[in-house]
Amino acid sequence: MPTIIVDDTRCKGCEMCVIACPRKIIVLDKSAMNGKGYHPARLADPSGCTGCGSCALMCPDVAITVIA
Amino acid sequence: MTASEKVLMKGNEALAEAAILAGCRHFFGYPITPQTEVAAYMSKRLPKVGGCYLQAESEVASVNMVLGAGAAGVRVMTSTSSPGVSLMAEGISYIAGCDVPCLIINVQRAGPGLGGIQPAQGDYWQATRGCGHGDFRLIVLAPSTVQEMVDLVSVAFDLGDRYRVPVMILSDGLLGQMMEPVVLPEPQGGLPPKPWAACGHGGARERNVVNSLYIEPPELEEIIARRFDRYAGIEASEQRCESYLTEDADVVLAAYGASARVCRSAVDAARGKGIRAGMVRPITLWPFPVSAFGQCKAAKAFLTVEMSTGQMVEDVRLAVNCGRPVEFFGRTGGIVPSPAEVLARIEDVAGRYA
Amino acid sequence: MPARFERPKALVDVPMHYCPGCTHGIIHRLVAETLDELGCEGRTVGIASVGCSVFSYKYFGCDMIQAPHGRAPAVATGVKRSFPGDVVFTYQGDGDLAAIGTAETVHAATRGENITVIFINNAIYGMTGGQMAPTTLPGQITQTSPYGRDVREAGYPIRVCEMLSTLDGVALAQRVSADSVKEVRNAKKAIRKAFEYQIAGRGFTLVEVVSACPTNWGMSPRDSLQWLRDNMIPYYPLGVYKDKGAEE
Repeated sequence: MPTIIVDDTRCKGCEMCVIACPRKIIVLDKSAMNGKGYHPARLADPSGCTGCGSCALMCPDVAITVIA
Repeated sequence: MTASEKVLMKGNEALAEAAILAGCRHFFGYPITPQTEVAAYMSKRLPKVGGCYLQAESEVASVNMVLGAGAAGVRVMTSTSSPGVSLMAEGISYIAGCDVPCLIINVQRAGPGLGGIQPAQGDYWQATRGCGHGDFRLIVLAPSTVQEMVDLVSVAFDLGDRYRVPVMILSDGLLGQMMEPVVLPEPQGGLPPKPWAACGHGGARERNVVNSLYIEPPELEEIIARRFDRYAGIEASEQRCESYLTEDADVVLAAYGASARVCRSAVDAARGKGIRAGMVRPITLWPFPVSAFGQCKAAKAFLTVEMSTGQMVEDVRLAVNCGRPVEFFGRTGGIVPSPAEVLARIEDVAGRYA
Repeated sequence: MPARFERPKALVDVPMHYCPGCTHGIIHRLVAETLDELGCEGRTVGIASVGCSVFSYKYFGCDMIQAPHGRAPAVATGVKRSFPGDVVFTYQGDGDLAAIGTAETVHAATRGENITVIFINNAIYGMTGGQMAPTTLPGQITQTSPYGRDVREAGYPIRVCEMLSTLDGVALAQRVSADSVKEVRNAKKAIRKAFEYQIAGRGFTLVEVVSACPTNWGMSPRDSLQWLRDNMIPYYPLGVYKDKGAEE
C-alpha cells in the first residue's frame, strides 16, 4: 500500500505538498506543532495515496519519503 | 639555456619565467601598465608547458579566478599594478579568510587614482596593512634586482604553501622594465600535497569546504586566533633583509626595491666623504625585519628613502621603539630620487645627529 | 518496502535554513539528484554565492568553495581551468548574478566556460530583507522601491536568458519554473541536460529558475506560487533560449 512518511522535524508547514497532491489528501495537522512551531503535514487519508510522489517533488525540505 | 647560464632579461619577464620554473601553471590577469609584459610572457609560455593562461575581464575577475584555482589546490598567480590591487582588495581578503595560498604581483605605479605610469612605492600601506577588509596579513616580498625578483618567486610560492597565506611581491615600474643578467633556477619538482583543497573528493575522503563565512562569533574568533598564531610563526621565522655597512653607521638608511638601489650609491658616496652611513634593506615588508633595526647599535638617526610620502617611516619608528629619530626623504609622482639628492639628505641628517 | 522517493545522496542530511515555501530547497534537491544520477559527486566542485543560498556549501555533498558576491563564475573558472575533468557548478540568485556579478556572468558565458550556472530568479533580494533586484518587475513593491518599481527612475528588469542567448559561447540557456509539479519535472530535465552538456564539453550552460520568495513578497507560500504564475512568467517566459545540442 503506497504511503508517505513526513519527517516532522523538517516540515515547515509550507503547504506545497498540500497543493501538489492530486488527491487532495494531505493536510496540515493543526492539532500538532513541531519544535520549530510549524504544523506538520499529514496524510489525512492513507487509503487514497497512489505513491505518485508529487508531494515529495514539491517539498523544499526533503521532509517526505514516498513508499511505493 | 641551462639553469646556470646568465641571461639578460627584463624584470617582468624574468618574474614570469621564474614562476613557471617554480611549478606555476595557472595565470589569470588583466593588462595594466607597467606590468603587461608579465601577462604577455605567460600567454606565450604557459600553453607550451601545458599550463593555462587566461586573460580575465577585469582584475576583479582575475583575483577570483585565483581564489578558485588556489582553493582547488594548484600553484596560481596574478599580476597587476597599483589600481588593479585596489580592485583585488575584496578578493585578497577572501583568499586570506579562506587560508588559500597564491602569488600576487604588484608592479607599482604612481597614484592615487589613475595617477601615472612611472614607478612609485605608494602601495606600501596597502600591501603591509592587509590589502583588504578584516584582520589578516599577507607576506610581502620586495626585490631590488631582477635576480632577486627571480629568487623570491619560488620563496613566495613555498611560503604561501607552507603557511597557507597569500603572498605579494611588491615590485615597481623601474624593476619591472629594467634588464639585468640573471641566473634562472632549476625547475621545481615535487610540489607539496594539499589535502584541504576543494578539487573533487573522489569518494575517498570527507568533502572539503573552502569558506570564509563563520556566522557564529566565537567560531570566527577562534579561526582568526589560529590564523594569527600562524602569522606569529611567520614573524618569528621569516623576516628577511640585507644590512649594508650598518655595524658602525651613525646614519642608517631604510629603503627597499628601486629606492634601495639609489641608496646604496648614496651610502657609498657618503662613506667616501667620511660619513659613517649604512642601510637596512627590508626584503620582507611583512613580516617587517624588526630585529635588523634593533641591531644598528651605533645609529644616531635613521632615514627612510621611499618613492612615496613616507609610508615606511612608522614601521622603522616602531622597530626602534621610537627611541631614535627617524627622518624621511622621498619623491612622488613617478619620480625616482637621484643618488645626489639622497646624499645631500644624508649629509644633512649626519650634520644634525652624528 | 522500497522507497520510491527519498533524499538524494548528494544532499547532506541536515535541515535547510530556507523559509517555508522557498523554492531553493526544491532546486538544491534537483541538482543533488542530478549529481547522483550522473555519478559525478566525487569529481564535482560547487561554488556557493552570496544571498539566501550563501549556506548552500552546507547542503551539497561535493567539495564546495564559497565565493564573494557576484564572483562565482570567476571562481568556477579558476577551478575548471585547474581541473578540466571536474564538474563545476555555481548556484546564484538574481543580485549575485545580474547586479554585482553581471560582468563575471557575461564573460564566463562568452568564453564558453564549461561550467553550469543555476540561476534562481525570485525578483527580489531575500537575504538582506527584500530590496529591489535587477529582475524586480515594473511596479513591484520592495523595501527599496516602496512605491513600486518606477522604470523612469530605476530602469527595466534584465531578462538574463534572452541576453545571454546572443553569445556564441553559451551552449544552453533555459528558463524553467518551480511553481508546480509539472514545472519542477521540467526544471529537473533542464538541470540534468545542463550538467550533461558540461560533461560533453559543449560550453557554458545556465538554467534560470523562476522562483518564489513568500517572505519578502509578503505572501503565503500558496499565494506566492500563484503570484509567480500571474506576474513573473508573463515577463520571464519559460522556454529554451539557446541549445547547441538541438542546433547540431
